[in-house]
Amino acid sequence: MSMPFYVAPEQVMKDRADYARKGIARGRSLAAVVYADGIVICAENPSATLRKVSEIYDRIAFAGVGKYNEFDQLRIAGVRAADLKGFAYSREDVDARSLANQYAQILGQIFTHEMKPMEVEILVAEVSEEHGGDQLFHILYDGTVMDETAFTVLGGEAETIASRLDETWQDGADLASAIRAAVGALAGPDRRLAAADLEVAELARSNGRRAFRRIEGAELAGILGDGVGGAATSDDDTPAAE
Amino acid sequence: MPFFTPGDDPGPSFAQLLRRSGLEPAVPQIAPGDRAAITHGTTVVAIRYADGVVMAGDRRATSGNFIAHRAIEKVFPADRYSGVAIAGAAGPAMEMVKLFQLQLEHYEKVEGTVLSLEGKANQLGGMVRSNLPAAMQGLAVVPLFAGFDTRREAGRLFEYDITGGRYEESNFAASGSGSLHAGTVVKLGFREGLTRADALDLSISALFEAADEDSATGGPDLVRGIYPIIATITAAGFERVDELEISQRFRGLLDAMAEREAATPPRLPETSTEGGEA
Repeated sequence: MSMPFYVAPEQVMKDRADYARKGIARGRSLAAVVYADGIVICAENPSATLRKVSEIYDRIAFAGVGKYNEFDQLRIAGVRAADLKGFAYSREDVDARSLANQYAQILGQIFTHEMKPMEVEILVAEVSEEHGGDQLFHILYDGTVMDETAFTVLGGEAETIASRLDETWQDGADLASAIRAAVGALAGPDRRLAAADLEVAELARSNGRRAFRRIEGAELAGILGDGVGGAATSDDDTPAAE
Repeated sequence: MPFFTPGDDPGPSFAQLLRRSGLEPAVPQIAPGDRAAITHGTTVVAIRYADGVVMAGDRRATSGNFIAHRAIEKVFPADRYSGVAIAGAAGPAMEMVKLFQLQLEHYEKVEGTVLSLEGKANQLGGMVRSNLPAAMQGLAVVPLFAGFDTRREAGRLFEYDITGGRYEESNFAASGSGSLHAGTVVKLGFREGLTRADALDLSISALFEAADEDSATGGPDLVRGIYPIIATITAAGFERVDELEISQRFRGLLDAMAEREAATPPRLPETSTEGGEA
């Protein structure tokens, strides 16, 4: 009679975590930044149709990195949970904290009980009525929840990007400088990112009931110019009036 | 958090999601001959004009021969580029509007794209149809739906019957107890390419005439400052017309009518109990 191999629980968890982290690191990162009028989320995403950032509810947005089908499934579940709660109770009873906890439960459950963990990191962001109360919930593949109030970075290179963003982030920045700071941090010192490489959306207090709005096309190009980041490759990049 | 297996997924339909989640509102059961007086909303009109569509509704809700509410709202935004106006049993109608608004927003969020205007009109038709059992028990809801078709760049409007029949009208539509009178006024005043001002004035006189002939339709309440709700739906989206503008337009209409009345001497039959000549 053959005995099943004994694998220590520590090893099982570590293997799963490594597996999930590897999957996440394959994709590109995203950064969410609090600015004067709300929250802006910048994702490196060359696709204009497969979205990483989207609307969940009036004041709540969702963003995910990693495996598209997995975080999209989570996104739709979030939209459903929020709309059902708003229908059963009231629109103001829908909040990001409760959604983040539900996501954490599911991700934790899948991490320990399913064949394979989800290869995703997700963000649930909620803009508050006034500056200073905006919330960013960053949830990892194993259900770990972290709440941030200034900025957060999701993805494989999160730590490097976050340390770059920490240098440029300023409280109460306007939309354009917040986007430039986030994109600059995503790009790093060796490359430039322009409007076509990015997916940007904001949750702004001034947008009315549905705070979510995509910033794209000419508007985004106007903010980013010919690209933001390091690698000042040629003289063309230096401003004319110097 | 609701998760479904691929074969069982409700897709972008909020109604399906409610059904799966057991939160679907129950169809009210009323025994025949046991009918309570149910609050009803009354007259709404929609008129196509040069920039889009005007939707207007009076503010009265009746319960039998009583006035149940003086300031009920019957014209609502459905989403950014469309609006819905309701007539019929007020409770189920409000619920239908709430579900319809949620359905459009839910679809938009799940799918990432907005439904076409035609698709929205069909959705509402399905909701009216599913209300048929309630309608047979006296809880009919007969909405109007209008919107700005961003693909065709034109205003379009739809009316419904209690079975969910969906009929697109080319110029105008009216629904509710005063719809006969309101519709006739609009029919006589309609021209192709009305300006915004003309379309607003036409909707105002339509509601005024309906209120003049139909006891369930409320006219402008000058004492309390309650005026019909009017909205325009154009390339700029759904916009409520400012109450001040509506009140001024009403005053204009009333002044014109008062002038006309004063010009003709009263011709009411003299009724006297004394008989004989003075």
